[in-house]
Amino acid sequence: MKRTLITPARNTWCPGCGNFAILHTLRDVLLEREREGHSLEQTVLVSGIGCHAKIADYLDINSFYAIHGRTIPVATGIKLAHPDLSVICCAGDGDCYAEGLDHLVFAAKRNIDLTMIVHDNRVYGLTTGQYTPTSPLNFKGRSTPGGTHEKPLNPLALMLASGATMVSRAYTRQLDHLRGVLAEGMAHRGFAFIDVLQICASFFDMTGYYNEHTYLLSGNDPSDFWEAWKIAREWDYSTDAPIALGTLYRSSGEPVYDDAYHSPPQSQTERDAAVRALIDRKAGRLPPGVKDA
Amino acid sequence: MKDFSVLIGGKAGEGINRAGFIIGRILARMGYRIAMYYDYPSLIRGGHNFAIIRAIPDTAVAAHHTTVDCILALDQNTVLLHGARKTRDTVVIANSDAVKDETIGVPIQTIAREEGGLPIMANAGLIGAFCGAFGISWDHAAGVLREEMPRDVEINLAIARRGFDAVPRNATLPAGKSLEMPLFTGNEAIGLGLLQAGLDAYVAYPMTPSSGILHYLAETAPETGLKVVHPESEIAVMLMAQGFAYAGSRTAVGTSGGGFCLMTEGLSMAGMSEVPVVVVLSQRPGPSTGVPTYSAQGDLGFVLSAGQGEFPRFVCAPGTVEQAFEWSGRALNLSWKYQVPSFVLVDKALSEGIYSFDDANAGRIRKEPLPAPDPARPYRRYADAPDGISALLTVPFPGSVIKVNSYAHDEDGLTTESPETIAWLTEKRMRKLPVMVREIDRPDAVVVAGNPDAATAVLAWGATSGICSEVAAMLDLRMVQPLVLSPFPQSAFSGACAGTDRIVAVEENATGQLARLAAAHGIPVDNQILRYDGRPFSIEELAGRLAEVLS
Ligand SMILES: Cc1ncc(C[n+]2csc(CCOP(=O)(O)OP(=O)(O)O)c2C)c(N)n1
Ligand code: SF4
Repeated sequence: MKRTLITPARNTWCPGCGNFAILHTLRDVLLEREREGHSLEQTVLVSGIGCHAKIADYLDINSFYAIHGRTIPVATGIKLAHPDLSVICCAGDGDCYAEGLDHLVFAAKRNIDLTMIVHDNRVYGLTTGQYTPTSPLNFKGRSTPGGTHEKPLNPLALMLASGATMVSRAYTRQLDHLRGVLAEGMAHRGFAFIDVLQICASFFDMTGYYNEHTYLLSGNDPSDFWEAWKIAREWDYSTDAPIALGTLYRSSGEPVYDDAYHSPPQSQTERDAAVRALIDRKAGRLPPGVKDA
Repeated sequence: MKDFSVLIGGKAGEGINRAGFIIGRILARMGYRIAMYYDYPSLIRGGHNFAIIRAIPDTAVAAHHTTVDCILALDQNTVLLHGARKTRDTVVIANSDAVKDETIGVPIQTIAREEGGLPIMANAGLIGAFCGAFGISWDHAAGVLREEMPRDVEINLAIARRGFDAVPRNATLPAGKSLEMPLFTGNEAIGLGLLQAGLDAYVAYPMTPSSGILHYLAETAPETGLKVVHPESEIAVMLMAQGFAYAGSRTAVGTSGGGFCLMTEGLSMAGMSEVPVVVVLSQRPGPSTGVPTYSAQGDLGFVLSAGQGEFPRFVCAPGTVEQAFEWSGRALNLSWKYQVPSFVLVDKALSEGIYSFDDANAGRIRKEPLPAPDPARPYRRYADAPDGISALLTVPFPGSVIKVNSYAHDEDGLTTESPETIAWLTEKRMRKLPVMVREIDRPDAVVVAGNPDAATAVLAWGATSGICSEVAAMLDLRMVQPLVLSPFPQSAFSGACAGTDRIVAVEENATGQLARLAAAHGIPVDNQILRYDGRPFSIEELAGRLAEVLS
């Protein structure tokens, strides 16, 4: 029987929602990885809170359905506890560019080995249509009926500046391409950041606009930071411009944060001895062979 | 002299804490037990820092007298500010390079310079002079100095020796019979207790007075294999700890009140997700930034009810290093056994005070094994159970999908909005409470000291219980210290208070938070002695306040 990797939970996304594309593409990528020998038991999904986050209910793998904006610290704890696990974060743009932005910058700075998938629908879906950090200037949302007066932030430029070692953009209406980028992100050792332009059918349907403006990157050199920077700056998430899809940047030589966390836990006997030594040392009683620190 | 106190004072940056610790060790090696209070303002250079070391041969000690037997003054301020602590017999040994008009002056800065030492090494001269004045043999002093000042040891010893020779012998401190007991801060004892009980990871953002735990555990990590992380904020700390725990690592976090404000979001998540976490909260005066380097007991009410929604939690409040060692370990086991947050609630006085650690009489807590799920059935993270406690598996686990969730959820961890499931989950959470009460409501949850039959009891918690024990013994009163504050150990507490006709609560807050808790459990407090200036009581001050209340 073909495993669907889909739980019996009732799916409550709106018809036409781009989250379906991410769910099924990620599922396909996971099944493909399983065929290649990556056990799904070794995979953990961490989600935030928002429409995007329901993916934790729908995908039948280990998951930590966390709180709004906090996928990354949870995922970081999991990864540091068990550096051999594959840890994926599914976050929203409100979730991780507003509420939890500090964690995102720090994850990139640390180059921790996580796959960061941002379901960037550029609107708060679950709270019914307010602007987010990637909504365009003058966006009329329910909290800004007269339009926003702030320009969006450019998450790709932010991630390049913060030290992410893989920076990509994908689009929920380009499924094959999305699949390739997600697989690439999971294979990357280090912080793989993927901003997925996700259609929100109910509050910000940009299908026509994206279909018209996106193009697939080809022939770029992802190891060239300044080329990546130029591509990242082509579109500012507000003004009309070509929107590149693909991997802008990828580098492999950087230190990976979780590499320092492979030590196995001590046995109770080892721990007893370690505590004993710490106590004795404070009273000047050094166990044989131990040098004073 | 059977009860000896020495004060050392100087400017921040002159190594007062370190010098106090070394004096403590010199006395500890003579068989004394030590309590060192360390008082410092929140600045890095200048200001006035002082430490009072009280030492008694072979007898536990927790508090200080109003007066001291010796003052070691690195600067003029020490002499000016602590004049009231002098008696006729107090010996003052001063750094004559900076202090005028003291009978015993030693030019320790000049000595340090002449011996080719750094300015900070001047305090070795004062330590040497102290030993000389109190008849402590040079070999004994040098033995401890060699261990504690391994860098440039010969220069330090030369400076100390000149101090030693520069002063006349004033008295001879008798040696005790005990083997040297190690000296630990409360923070170190907490760290050790967590380690002993199988801690795998410690996550914290620096905040006085809890940072000592982070520093100690980070420094000793090469020997313990502990994973120590200092992330971007307390919000991250609390979430990261639960990521660790979800993946099977027994994890604790540490902070003070301000940092804990940021952790409450994650605390509620632990309440819903049932992911274990231990929170060490070391109190300082609030609200807000408050007074960073002084002590308080103002966060009990906050800790008892922090987080939104309703969920059970353990709160223990050790008051000595031995209690801190034991109860930190217990908190870790309890958190994993019941899958609830556990708190170790302490205060600056314990966290940063230095005390003799009675290793032989401290409870050693080891990691308790957890019940395994039924292998014949598919694993359900939140499987229903009569006591509300589902078998806990952590990722990765072969053949199991483990889903935890901050939303209300069903047995599999899938989000729910069904009224039956919401009610079921709420009841499952709350069913743990009676089981937790049975676990902790035992006589050892409440300490009784002083005269256990006295009809007047002093009620205290945290570090204040140390001084209350001593004063209660002096005044022939009973001292009652609940070690567990949530769930409340009702029968143990009633038992400890049985036969009293008067209860006086002593707390370092303005509203009597423990008194309120006791009253809520049917034991009203008759009088309250409250202090909220960040400073500890001296024995004489507290005895005086008690006498006033009881007269
Ligand atoms: C601390 C906190 N603040 C606010 C909310 C309410 N909230 C739920 S989802 C959400 C925004 C969701 O937007 P986004 O992250 O972009 O996800 P989307 O729903 O668009 O997928 C907010 C503000 C919350 N759950 N927690
Ligand atoms: S509101 Fe938008 S993002 Fe949320 S489910 Fe509907 S279409 Fe998807």
